[in-house]
Amino acid sequence: MYSLFLKEIRSFLSSPIAYVVIGVFLLVTSLFIWVFPDYSILEFNFANMDPLFVMAPWIFLFLIPAVTMRSFAEERKSGTIELLLTRPLTDFQIVGAKYLAGLVLVFLSLLPTFLYAVTVYRLADPIGNVDTGAMLGSYIGLFCLASAFVAIGLFSSSLTDNQIVSFVTAVFFSFFFYAAFDSLSLMQLPQQVLLVLEYLGIARHYEGMSQGVIDSRDVLYFVSLNAFFLTLTRYVLQNRYR
Amino acid sequence: MSVRIESLTKTYGVQNAIDHISFSIGHGEVVGLLGPNGAGKSTTMKILTCFMPQSSGEAEVCNFNTRTSPLEVRRRVGYLPEHNPLYGDMYVKEYLLHVAGMYKLANPEARVKQMVELTGLGPEQHKRIEQLSKGYRQRVGLAQALVHDPEVLILDEPTSGLDPNQLVDIRNLIREIGQQKTVILSTHIMQEVEALCPRIIIINKGKIVADGSRESLQRGKKGQELVEVELDGAIDVALLRGLNGVLRVEVLSGNRYKVEAQAGNDLRKAIFDLAVKQNRAILSLNVQQSSLEDVFRQLTRS
Repeated sequence: MYSLFLKEIRSFLSSPIAYVVIGVFLLVTSLFIWVFPDYSILEFNFANMDPLFVMAPWIFLFLIPAVTMRSFAEERKSGTIELLLTRPLTDFQIVGAKYLAGLVLVFLSLLPTFLYAVTVYRLADPIGNVDTGAMLGSYIGLFCLASAFVAIGLFSSSLTDNQIVSFVTAVFFSFFFYAAFDSLSLMQLPQQVLLVLEYLGIARHYEGMSQGVIDSRDVLYFVSLNAFFLTLTRYVLQNRYR
Repeated sequence: MSVRIESLTKTYGVQNAIDHISFSIGHGEVVGLLGPNGAGKSTTMKILTCFMPQSSGEAEVCNFNTRTSPLEVRRRVGYLPEHNPLYGDMYVKEYLLHVAGMYKLANPEARVKQMVELTGLGPEQHKRIEQLSKGYRQRVGLAQALVHDPEVLILDEPTSGLDPNQLVDIRNLIREIGQQKTVILSTHIMQEVEALCPRIIIINKGKIVADGSRESLQRGKKGQELVEVELDGAIDVALLRGLNGVLRVEVLSGNRYKVEAQAGNDLRKAIFDLAVKQNRAILSLNVQQSSLEDVFRQLTRS
């Protein structure tokens, strides 16, 4: 499994994918944080990173599917899936290795944004007058959200041998879980249904964590969401390719 | 037994890709799996490698059941799938090391080096796989199938699309490997089977239609001996007919005769004696075997 994990990371790093994804992510987030007047911290005069944490989910919504769209679709198209599935690895190890590799890439793209955090910290008046708890919580929340997108992306990729289809499906599912549930909960429906809908959406849990409150219910939600899609992926692997 | 298959069936929808196939293969045998396209060769191989589950029946590799202990089976099988799928963007050595890693080999570097030597990949080992010619790619495919020193090697059409030189190289390689390992290879090239496989299993429409040594299949289903003789002059056909076991004599042009006899009668000595008695010299004497191609066509056409 470790070998497969390493190979996945290496294939990200030896192709332009990782660099384009990380580069675009950093470029867009820094534009929002520092340049665009509507969002810029410099215009806002609040020493927090809210622009990053508001925009990053939307950027990840497109970038993560772009990273994961190959993972199974390409293996299937080129036939290498047949070799992969006849190695002495369980299906779960295969899904797990690809999932972890995706997480590493997410982590690598988030890593440089700590520089922004440090900058904001230094710019605050007096220096260091920032809500570090909320910032840390937001980072953890963002990572959880991204991990859910990775799991959704893997699942979408396992459904097809076409990368475009995989990408579009992943964006759709990610959007649905991120925003659609939340928006649906504004409909005229019985209260209990609305609560369930809101609970199912990523947005509520993400926002909860952004306050700096790491609630075990939110963590449990993300763990189950990830587990749900990874299990589905494994199910597809077991039944669709064979 | 290296491989044992019993009453194996795979159904796609309503169609049986393979239908109650049974055979077993002993350690160190090299077996050719023959059959027309769509006969069920690949399906059989995919089940043996635990890529696909069977619909019913049992398959075992080295006494491990593919259904109940797939990981044990996979550890012992080296597999080269039909179109030799490879990661084109990886380097040859990087790829082989990656494969070695998945089998958790103790000393992957040394083993990969050994494989590169065995498969003659030396001059190409630092290239990307997509830059290689088809013949070299096939070697990479073989190397990845062999890197974990599997007990059973399953090769699905290992030589399709190679030029004659590459063909000979790959065949030699397979022959070399076949001296120590159990090899199952599928093909529909007859010369390949003749060159490599002492034992042949012919599958048609999901059923085994022949299973035996190359010689026994070649001797023909009709169970007859065929001798073609050329003499330096004419001879009375009745004399030939009178020989022991002769069924039919056909007169060909230029004092040539085609003699058919029941199986088990070696006519060569009798014909020689007859010719001497008749004061004729034998210019040529051939025992004809029905070619494997004839056997194949006979068994699979219907």
